Amino acid sequence: MPFKSTVGDYQTVATLETFGFLPPFTQDEIYDQIAYIIAQGWSPLVEHVHPSNSMATYWSYWKLPFFGEKDLSVIVNELEACHRAYPDHHVRLVGYDAYTQSQGSCFVVFEGR
Amino acid sequence: MAKKYDAGVKEYRDTYWTPDYVPLDSDLLACFKCTGQEGVPREEVAAAVAAESSTGTWSTVWSELLTDLDFYKGRCYRIEDVPGDKEAFYAFIAYPLDLFEEGSITNVLTSLVGNVFGFKALRHLRLEDIRFPLAFIKTCMGPPNGIQVERDRMNKYGRPLLGCTIKPKLGLSGKNYGRVVYECLRGGLDFTKDDENINSQPFQRWQNRFEFVAEAVKLAEQETGEKKGHYLNCTAATPEEMYERAEFAKELGQPIIMHDYITGGFTANTGLAKWCRKNGMLLHIHRAMHAVIDRHPKHGIHFRVLAKCLRLSGGDQLHTGTVVGKLEGDRQSTLGYIDQLRESFVPEDRSRGNFFDQDWGSMGGVFAVASGGIHVWHMPALVSIFGDDSVLQFGGGTHGHPWGSAAGAAANRVALEACVKARNAGREIEREGRDILLEAAKHSPELAIALETWKEIKFEFDTVDKLDVN
Repeated sequence: MPFKSTVGDYQTVATLETFGFLPPFTQDEIYDQIAYIIAQGWSPLVEHVHPSNSMATYWSYWKLPFFGEKDLSVIVNELEACHRAYPDHHVRLVGYDAYTQSQGSCFVVFEGR
Repeated sequence: MAKKYDAGVKEYRDTYWTPDYVPLDSDLLACFKCTGQEGVPREEVAAAVAAESSTGTWSTVWSELLTDLDFYKGRCYRIEDVPGDKEAFYAFIAYPLDLFEEGSITNVLTSLVGNVFGFKALRHLRLEDIRFPLAFIKTCMGPPNGIQVERDRMNKYGRPLLGCTIKPKLGLSGKNYGRVVYECLRGGLDFTKDDENINSQPFQRWQNRFEFVAEAVKLAEQETGEKKGHYLNCTAATPEEMYERAEFAKELGQPIIMHDYITGGFTANTGLAKWCRKNGMLLHIHRAMHAVIDRHPKHGIHFRVLAKCLRLSGGDQLHTGTVVGKLEGDRQSTLGYIDQLRESFVPEDRSRGNFFDQDWGSMGGVFAVASGGIHVWHMPALVSIFGDDSVLQFGGGTHGHPWGSAAGAAANRVALEACVKARNAGREIEREGRDILLEAAKHSPELAIALETWKEIKFEFDTVDKLDVN
């Protein structure tokens, strides 16, 4: 059987865990995920880190977790404020679940360089 | 008042059928599906099961009178019809807590599914469920880490984990095996897995495999920036060899090892789980031989019992079937025992096959592992059935990709994340699955090719072991 030249070359990509394999989210898609976090009863939390340290367990909190926040636009504004303050950092949104002491959701919204 | 010794053979039901008995919170309760020999009354069969699985024997013996047997005996306290089955019936039996050694699943099973299964008055006998009292549960360590700790260690949040078994199952050299691990992990999987029958064969001794795999895991982590792991199978011929392998995996800095808990045995499994707790290692559990025990609807042990026993014996991940793939599994029944692995309280729900309320107290949860004959087209159903606290494993569905394992892994990762994103956005992913996958494939040639490759494969056979319903 002749060699199939249709075989593609898969290049390894550096990714940042959950949703790292999808194209960057649009504003509406980010809204959807924030709404999901709030609907689950989780607390939204914004974290950031310099890309050289992205595998660290602890990223820096932006302020404190937004306990009990129900307003989507507040969270969007905080994400943007964090990004403005640390433009070269990764910024991620976490849905913190106090019941399981885990993160029900976690994904990078702004990628630093 | 002291009793008199009266030698001879009594009917079991005189002693062991006690319909007025109200079970204690500390009793261990069991539900057996019994099919007796023709002409033997139900009460006698049920009482015989209670007797033979606890204190009784076929004849009255003088030494019974040296103790207070009423305190120690198992009792059948209820008999129920099996829906849709005229021959079989359910017998509910209560065993006092003191019949069992603390923390020993081995001891519980030796009693409950011991000699009684060969008893001549029975044609078939199946252990459907056990209600473990909280007092017993607190004597078991349970999962070495649990779901929350595993997520923290592996840095995986907000989605099911993704894995695959290295194929071919047998025959690769250590270096070639490590290559396949590396390809899968660099492509986007979180975990790869030793096949259950990979132990330490002539073509690939265990040290050799462990070393090459450790290098593959490390390299994939460096290149992708994500946490990775490979279930290093420590199942061995003797406990000493099992621990030697576990120690070496730890020396290599690996996050997770693996054990086959039924072929390896509960004693070995409980010991290894304790070692894992002590040494900060995750434990993946395979279930080879389970179908021999759990597939026949009238005889053996239902898998929900084996799953409960594993949670008590210890493991952080357990195979549960896929519902949709190549292996047997009824959806409602699978959901029922997945709850037993992950929840802290599971209410009685016959529509899911759970016969008792089960309180797990503070015991950690076990990830449900879905593995066997699944591919990208199954992803929406799998995410919907199994939820986030699961590991979805695609073997053929990864290595069978026309571009190889790395591209196959990437296709699965894209499909998984697209389904999670859509679910969070409020879409009905099982109904809209096709659209969700096709949209995602626009940004991923790897997924587009995977969808094309597996579009015809279905595994639609009727389930052999169904829940009992009219």
